[in-house]
Amino acid sequence: MYTQGLNIAAGDKTIPIEAAAGPEAKRFQERVDREEKIEPKDWMPEGYRKTLVRQISQHAHSEVVGMLPEGNWITRAPTLRRKMVLLAKVQDEGGHGLYLYSAAETLGVSRAELIDQLLSGKAKYSSIFNYPTTSWADIGAIGWLVDGAAIMNQVALCRCSYGPYARAMVRICKEESFHQRQGYEIMIALARGTSAQRRMAQDALDRWWWPSLMMFGPSDKESLHSAQSMRWKIKRQSNDELRQRFIDVTVPQAEFIGLKVPDPALSWNAARGSYDFGAIDWTEFNEVLAGNGPCNRERLAARRKAHEDGAWVRAAALAHAEKARARAMKKAG
Amino acid sequence: MATLDRSDALFRYLLRLGDTALVLGHRLSEWCGHGPVLEEDIALANVALDLTGQANELLTYAAEVEGRGRDADALAFLRDGFDFRNLLLAEQPNGDFGRTMVRQLLFDAHDLELQAALQGSTDSRLAAIAGKAVKEAAYHFKHSADWVIRLGDGTDESHARVAAALDALWPYTGEMFQSDDAHAALQAAGIAPDLQALRLRWRARIDAVLAEATLAAPAEGWMQAGGIAGRHSEHLGHLLATMQFLQRAYPGARW
Repeated sequence: MYTQGLNIAAGDKTIPIEAAAGPEAKRFQERVDREEKIEPKDWMPEGYRKTLVRQISQHAHSEVVGMLPEGNWITRAPTLRRKMVLLAKVQDEGGHGLYLYSAAETLGVSRAELIDQLLSGKAKYSSIFNYPTTSWADIGAIGWLVDGAAIMNQVALCRCSYGPYARAMVRICKEESFHQRQGYEIMIALARGTSAQRRMAQDALDRWWWPSLMMFGPSDKESLHSAQSMRWKIKRQSNDELRQRFIDVTVPQAEFIGLKVPDPALSWNAARGSYDFGAIDWTEFNEVLAGNGPCNRERLAARRKAHEDGAWVRAAALAHAEKARARAMKKAG
Repeated sequence: MATLDRSDALFRYLLRLGDTALVLGHRLSEWCGHGPVLEEDIALANVALDLTGQANELLTYAAEVEGRGRDADALAFLRDGFDFRNLLLAEQPNGDFGRTMVRQLLFDAHDLELQAALQGSTDSRLAAIAGKAVKEAAYHFKHSADWVIRLGDGTDESHARVAAALDALWPYTGEMFQSDDAHAALQAAGIAPDLQALRLRWRARIDAVLAEATLAAPAEGWMQAGGIAGRHSEHLGHLLATMQFLQRAYPGARW
């Protein structure tokens, strides 16, 4: 679960804005324009490679950090069925993390380097996971809104010009689409439940709505690398287009189950065939991105603790593998 | 046993199996997002999911056998600890990854033999549940055995950690092979297997893994018991307080 906003907002100055110069760059752009997939061994501009490493690794980190807020409710899921669905979902997120780290590795970085960047705080992950899951309804809201927002972007990424990323996204999208429906199904059950459950559902929508809209990233006008990513077909649709589509799809879903979207400015614009909506608080977005969200410190601390607590396990696995190799050589030799 | 009719015995035995799967699945699910490598986050969630699925089938069957209008969720979320009949081993805290893997190995070696035997149960429903569970138990055993071997044969630190875990958890293994009046009645009817034969096969599996892991089995000594009779450690109450929170806080709500 991830959307494109983050990579642009991060404003990484190390990524050059490149003009298509030279014969290789020209051939590369022609292939992209013909919708051919770029594969790991093909020539590619350095900015293209860097943009992809950053985007794919941020996406992988988001999947892995995203296991924490949802994992927070596995032990408290209200029925056996909900517990199984949530376990399967969080397991899927871990699997997405694995494919994505593998896709990033095709671009010449190792998983260990990428994880170090996450743990040192250098790499970003989707800022949505820096919000707390304080009630069961949050598990519904994350599936419905956060996975719903992620799908808007990820469906477009299935056509990304980089082959390994595009292919990973095909499978990920199928699973995310399940997650979105499962999340909405949780919300339906709550909305049709007792008054206390309806209150829980509305409270979750109130807290998750605006952060979900922020997942699409800054307005197109503010996006530093957008034009280049669009030209390279890493990115296929703009932040604002995707955000609008998400709102247009999601508002009727909220209405259908009797929940109120927490935006007084929200109104249907018949001329545009879309909803008009209120101003997004970009100060909050920037603060969360800068590390000041409600859970930034806890999330990173949890990842670091898991990594540190697991150090002796990884060391033992390596030591055993080396001993086993030595024994096999001795036996053969 | 004249005082215990067949359905009471079956109900209790299904709780023994179902509660054990439920509680151990819960323990494993506590690892989610905190494992030593991403592959293990996935693997532990996967084993937790298998066990929760088995619990769901076993408790659904238990509720039907009981015939008092309860369902699997009512059994899982609305009983207090003294009505749980899980093995004490299942409720022991996770500890570090090595301890979790030792607990899992001790359980999996038994579960694999138990499910294999239950496939031949004269109770066709139980045999069908075991038919699926035995496939899951086979890869659970492979997973936990591989890890105990890696950790036992790994570094001095990992060896010391799993050796200590083995000592701490060994006293909980006796209960896996302990019969009671319910089990005896079902064994006589060909529904439940001979636990002493099971114990020998379990021990052979454990000895083979420990040898490869360069670990020694602890000496036979006092075994803890009580779980299958509803007498638990202090740990179970906290586990249930977490697991049952929503059902207890919002009585009668549908989720």
